Amino acid sequence: MIDRLLVYIGRHVDSYLLAAIGALLVVGLITLYSASGESFARVGNQLANVGIALVVMWLAANIPPHYIQRLAMPVYLLGLVLLLAVMFFGEITNGAQRWLDLGVTRIQPSELMKIGVPLALAWYFDRYEAILKLRDFLIAAIMMAVPVLLIAEQPDLGTSLLVGAAGFFVIFLAGLSWKIVIGIAATALGCLPLLWSLMHDYQRQRVITLLDPSQDPLGAGYHTIQAAIALGSGGLFGKGWLNGTQAHLDFLPERTTDFIFAVFSEEFGLFGNIILVTLFLFVIGRGLFISFNASTLFTRLLAGAITMTFFTYVVVNMGMVAGVLPVVGVPLPLVSYGGTSLVSILFGLGILMSIQTHKRLVQS
Amino acid sequence: MMLGGARRAELRDHQKEMQSFQLRLGLMASMILVVFGALLLRLFYVQVIQHDYYHTLAENNRISVVPIVPNRGLILDRNSAVLAHNYAAYTLEITPSKAGKLDALINELSAVVDITPRDRKRFRKLLDEGHDFASAPIRTRLSDEEVARFAANKYRFPGVDIRARLFRHYPNGEVASHVLGYIGRINKRDLGRLEELGAAPNYAGSDFIGKVGLEGRYEQELHGTTGFEEVETDAGGRAVRTLRSTLPISGNNLLLSLDARLQNVAEQVFGDRRGALIAIDPTTGGVLALVSKPGFDPNLFVDGIDPQNWDALNNSPDHPLNNRALQGVYPPGSTFKPFMAIAALELGKRSPGYSIGDPGYFTLGGSHRWRDWKPAGHGVVDLHKSIVVSCDTYYYGLAHDMGIDNLHKFIGQFGFGKRTGIDIDGEVGGLLPSEEWKLRRFKQKWYPGDTISVGIGQGYNLATPMQLAQATAVLANRGVIYRPHVVRQIQNSQSGALTTIEPAPIGRIELKDENVTRVTEAMVDVMKPGGTAAVAGMGAQYRIAGKTGTAQVIGIKQNEKYDERRINERHRDHALFIAYAPADAPTIAVAVLVENGGHGSSSAAPVARKVMDFYLLGTEPPVDKPKEDTEEPGGD
Repeated sequence: MIDRLLVYIGRHVDSYLLAAIGALLVVGLITLYSASGESFARVGNQLANVGIALVVMWLAANIPPHYIQRLAMPVYLLGLVLLLAVMFFGEITNGAQRWLDLGVTRIQPSELMKIGVPLALAWYFDRYEAILKLRDFLIAAIMMAVPVLLIAEQPDLGTSLLVGAAGFFVIFLAGLSWKIVIGIAATALGCLPLLWSLMHDYQRQRVITLLDPSQDPLGAGYHTIQAAIALGSGGLFGKGWLNGTQAHLDFLPERTTDFIFAVFSEEFGLFGNIILVTLFLFVIGRGLFISFNASTLFTRLLAGAITMTFFTYVVVNMGMVAGVLPVVGVPLPLVSYGGTSLVSILFGLGILMSIQTHKRLVQS
Repeated sequence: MMLGGARRAELRDHQKEMQSFQLRLGLMASMILVVFGALLLRLFYVQVIQHDYYHTLAENNRISVVPIVPNRGLILDRNSAVLAHNYAAYTLEITPSKAGKLDALINELSAVVDITPRDRKRFRKLLDEGHDFASAPIRTRLSDEEVARFAANKYRFPGVDIRARLFRHYPNGEVASHVLGYIGRINKRDLGRLEELGAAPNYAGSDFIGKVGLEGRYEQELHGTTGFEEVETDAGGRAVRTLRSTLPISGNNLLLSLDARLQNVAEQVFGDRRGALIAIDPTTGGVLALVSKPGFDPNLFVDGIDPQNWDALNNSPDHPLNNRALQGVYPPGSTFKPFMAIAALELGKRSPGYSIGDPGYFTLGGSHRWRDWKPAGHGVVDLHKSIVVSCDTYYYGLAHDMGIDNLHKFIGQFGFGKRTGIDIDGEVGGLLPSEEWKLRRFKQKWYPGDTISVGIGQGYNLATPMQLAQATAVLANRGVIYRPHVVRQIQNSQSGALTTIEPAPIGRIELKDENVTRVTEAMVDVMKPGGTAAVAGMGAQYRIAGKTGTAQVIGIKQNEKYDERRINERHRDHALFIAYAPADAPTIAVAVLVENGGHGSSSAAPVARKVMDFYLLGTEPPVDKPKEDTEEPGGD
């Protein structure tokens, strides 16, 4: 009976992914216990988040890809409407208009677009699979650009770049001509000064701070400097679990969320980091494998985009903590404290599982 | 056909598409590996190559070293009476970098604790002097009530804190102020000196340093060793726990040869007069009393002197901050004669029986007359009488016969013309001339006429009261020289062990006993009827050997008469007196100088007598002030 239940539950779960996800979640909980000042309440909270997110993942894994395909455009359009609503009715917090108050709960439509854009683009390319022309790529680019610009206007540069990246991965994998890819890359480089002039002061400050954190050691540079101290003082083997002085004496800001990687590095050192990076690499590798073997263009593109977005999160967060990327509010997937990001990440990974497991069923 | 062709094309397309997709996926995978590789390289760089650097930063973040200031050593007199000690008091301190507008802040503060305009000025002065310390006190010695009132209002005053600090206190106030000196706030010059000595780390957290007197000279003994506490602090700067602490080592105590009661008596009998007194134990060189009047209250300096008091001390015509005993140079006058006498006997320039007829002046054959203080002369004068009546003419001739270089060489042995080496800074050397000196100083030849006045302690002849006291002690000790010293023992604060500064003789003048006795006997007769200090010697229960002196402040022309009453008080002669007692086995040698006091017999000798009475007999002097005895005949 129980055996059959387990088989039923595990039917659409990819065990390789699940193993790596489980390991990363455990790493996250262990580090959170230390980063939160040994607070069981915090760890308990996160455990509840993990439970909910795993259920979401399981549900996503059990939705067959063709249902997901059907939902793609509705999700995208809903996200677009909500983004427009934010623009006109959104709440302003910390100088940015990101939240929409629905009376019952507040939502951040830009989060929805992280999955909405790749879904819509993959759907579009799949639909016109046989006759893809340059015009289609142009339409796809517009579908991507509208939400990206709306999010950038809020302003939320970090999220808009991540959404844009997710869209770009789909377009690239769909076979955008190399000439155009290179052309876009060259134009993007050329437009950097223009981007600079369009940036808000606080955004510029983040970039300046990245180049020289010591310029503002108590302000914007503080995060970067304290994170570097945490990493560097951790050394090869780390100071040991619960022994990180930077974390335990409050020097590290945001240490349970965006900077949890600094806490991990301080306590477990370079060896811990190698293990952590290996776990992430495993998830990403498995994602690419799923994408490689997916049976339809839609699933190929979606799996590739989800995997690459996951990779982008990991690199942006670790790069920020390691002091090579500007400080943007991107959590470390599966490790940082917080329910929203955990749910959306595991939802994406659940779709990957669905793509993998339903294909197998179809084939068999 | 059409359909089949289309399908083939589609299939080809599909295959091509798949290949393109897989190629692109492969490119992505390679990019991922490169990016993660770069990330790991970066982590390797930060965590391994830069590890030491960041490790230090983390420790600096975490650990702050808090210095613990040691207790300053005590200063005790020969009977263990406390002359300088420390007491704990609350101060109200402002950290300007954390406080906002200072004036507004101080105004608000004054509603909670009393802040006088004087406090404000002193605070301003401390800030203006550009000290490097983080906080400066606006008020010191808060009462318990004020502490409580401020504590209740503290939230209103960021950057203002109450601190418990140890303060130096000199319980006797002005008494012995020139011996003890004072401590003051460390200024930039002090800091520079400490850095040169490499002692700056030991002053971390210290605000005070000995400036002058024993406090300055024995700073290294008194200060002690600063302790440290390593405290783990959080990002807010709050101490979380103490990791390690090294306790401070208190400064060592100074045990003086000085007798505070004797010092007190000496200062009392000095009254309001300006001048100096030094009493030395000739058998050890230990200083029993050292007075320089007027003095000052060293307590004023302890936490930064306010401008008003500073101006008062600095601009007073009496120069209370000058240590007259060590820095004042005066012509020794007739107190120089006993040293001339012993030189004459030792060098064979005069025999005890040799007499002169004193016409009241001396000439070298020319028209210039060196006058005796007694215009009519003293008649027939031998060596004994020359001291008893202080005959100038006798010494004019003697000096001339001896010659300046013989005089310089022999009398220089008593310490004239050079620093005595007492353990208080700032001493000057006085002047005992020689031919070589005049050539060097004025590029002029020494004339025989220059020697004449030197013989009676005038002319190119200047001594500090300290030198006079030292020379007197050497004579009393029959030529055995000790370096005068105020500190007798240093007591280790930890073990209590006493290090005695050994009173080893530093030199010896070969003097024939009979010659010393002859001069001593003459000096004993100075204190008896017929002698110049007969009044001061009256009724003494022990034998005193003394010599009066008078030093001219202004020159008197050849045919002019000195009339005390017609001269401005500050131009009157300085009165001098040297003595030792008991004459046969002296245990105290005294030199007294009273500025503008007139004759040594009338104003200086009685002071010395009272000091010796107290030291030798324990007799307290009468409480009333010593009266000016103007009836005394000119005793020089």
